[in-house]
Amino acid sequence: MTTTAPDLGKTPANAKKKRGGGVIGNTGLYLATGVAALLFLIPFYLIVRNALMTDPEITGENWKWFPTDIQWGNITEPFKDETVDFGRALWNSWVVAILHTSGILLICSLAGYGLARIPYKHANKVFYGVLVTLMIPTAVTFVPSFVLVSSLGWVDTYRGLIIPGLFSGFTCFLFRQYFLGFPKELEEAARVDGLSYWGAYWRVVVPNSLNFFAAMATITFISGWNSFLWPLVIGQDPSAWTIQVALSAYMTNQTVNYHLIFMSTAISILPLVLVFLFLQRWLVQGIAQTGIKG
Amino acid sequence: MSTTTEIDLANPAPAKPAKARSRRGLRANATLNFWLFTGPFLIGLIVFVFVPMGWSIYLSFFEARFTVSPSSFIGFDNYKAILDNPDFTGSLVTFTVFAAFIVPTTWALSLGLALLVHRIRFMKAFFRSVFFLPTAVSYVAAALIWKMSIFNGVRFGMANTILSWFGVENVAWLANPDPPWYWLVIVTLRLWLQAGFYMILFLAALQNIPAELYEAAAIDGAKPGWQTFRYITLPQLRATSTAVILLLLIAAYQAFDEFWNLLSKATWGQPPLVELYKTALGENQDYGQGSAGAVILTLLILVITLFQGRIMGFGRGEESK
Repeated sequence: MTTTAPDLGKTPANAKKKRGGGVIGNTGLYLATGVAALLFLIPFYLIVRNALMTDPEITGENWKWFPTDIQWGNITEPFKDETVDFGRALWNSWVVAILHTSGILLICSLAGYGLARIPYKHANKVFYGVLVTLMIPTAVTFVPSFVLVSSLGWVDTYRGLIIPGLFSGFTCFLFRQYFLGFPKELEEAARVDGLSYWGAYWRVVVPNSLNFFAAMATITFISGWNSFLWPLVIGQDPSAWTIQVALSAYMTNQTVNYHLIFMSTAISILPLVLVFLFLQRWLVQGIAQTGIKG
Repeated sequence: MSTTTEIDLANPAPAKPAKARSRRGLRANATLNFWLFTGPFLIGLIVFVFVPMGWSIYLSFFEARFTVSPSSFIGFDNYKAILDNPDFTGSLVTFTVFAAFIVPTTWALSLGLALLVHRIRFMKAFFRSVFFLPTAVSYVAAALIWKMSIFNGVRFGMANTILSWFGVENVAWLANPDPPWYWLVIVTLRLWLQAGFYMILFLAALQNIPAELYEAAAIDGAKPGWQTFRYITLPQLRATSTAVILLLLIAAYQAFDEFWNLLSKATWGQPPLVELYKTALGENQDYGQGSAGAVILTLLILVITLFQGRIMGFGRGEESK
């Protein structure tokens, strides 16, 4: 992904095209890309703009692209608000997202490896059982899952928020696809040297797959942090709300406090944008590697 | 874990019986390890996916209000009731309209972005990041921006401000279904959030197209641009396109977050999941009807998935491995 793989510029056809297309073609290309990029960035800009303005300025008659007087004091407002315990929701989100990510990586990578690499007679049948769950979108199972979790007494608990989401057929599937392409020779050497499957997995396979694990961790963290339906169902009490449920609660509140809402949104997005910008190279590679590309 | 086999492996015994025993030992060792690796996942999958599914099917045949251990069997009454409910059937129509908008537009936009990013030479990583960045944003946060800042129905919303420069009166984007401007809000929101993800899939596929194909086309006199795109790029992207369309359809079926947050007080534009949420977890807590609805929805998704797989040959690449 990061290397400009098969470079089309080297082919004679393209060399000709480039001479023919010339400056105008290139300018058009960059113009189109630039305009599209600008449109994609506007919503991010609006969050920052609104978060650092006063409400009268946001709702004023004249639209302003820039705040006249940047309100840095707004940053602490969400934590002072009494209707929604924002700090608590932020903490819940961190706990849930981190445990969700570590749990899913551990459980699904082991299963994916077992399905891909350990020669068991019925492994394919088991794999089909996993594939079936891919056909059932997880969101459709939320009614029965809620029924189950509430009868376990897990409503409003971290257990209820985290555990049911750990068994992702999709993540297991992606790990299986990845391990199928993992060089066999490395593990076989380890096995001949006397390591068990378990030992070979932890000491040879995992250390050589850190890129893929990093990509999956990023994807899983983002989806855990951003999930809404399940936390909404499980978080009946505001003390169990995650940040997404808290944000949603702002929308149904009677009084609309614009700068507060947008500051909260900015705070909820910031960690992901940072994680993302830092890890995007692995993330992109990981997605490209997942085998979805067919 | 498997000390016996390790010894066998380390000292390969020449005698035949010993070899047979070693092979049997290896097989037992593999079986044990298979369950060791997959066991925790499979147990969880059974408890948290298969059991709820079974329970849901069971509940769908019972009168189950406010209770998950019902006693009165009512056959297909829940199914009849929910299929007679105009809100639920209407939600299936909503889904169909939504899918008809969102699937082709996301396909086209993500492919278009991929073609742009693939061709540019400078700042490639920058532009790729910009288009991919919205993937990190939640539907809830995006819904807040769309509803409160861009498509706010009053003058200070960005869309209405820009329209006012051209003398257009304020548009009430979400407040009424006639004209159905709310579709524009919902579709652009989802486009922004998911196009970057599918762009990455297309980018990966574009880089896998052999350069020789373009050379051969050039020799055959194909003009670069539309012709090579139509006869080389597009056919080469077929497998990816199929996968993308399938993923888009399934994602559209699961739409909940943005509808819930944008149209929470509305009676229109409610997709199936929002209706199910209201049925099962709303005021009436009707788990029986909610479950019947979930079963119907699952069957519908299964049929569409299999049907689409048949037509477009999804999974063929998998079999050929």
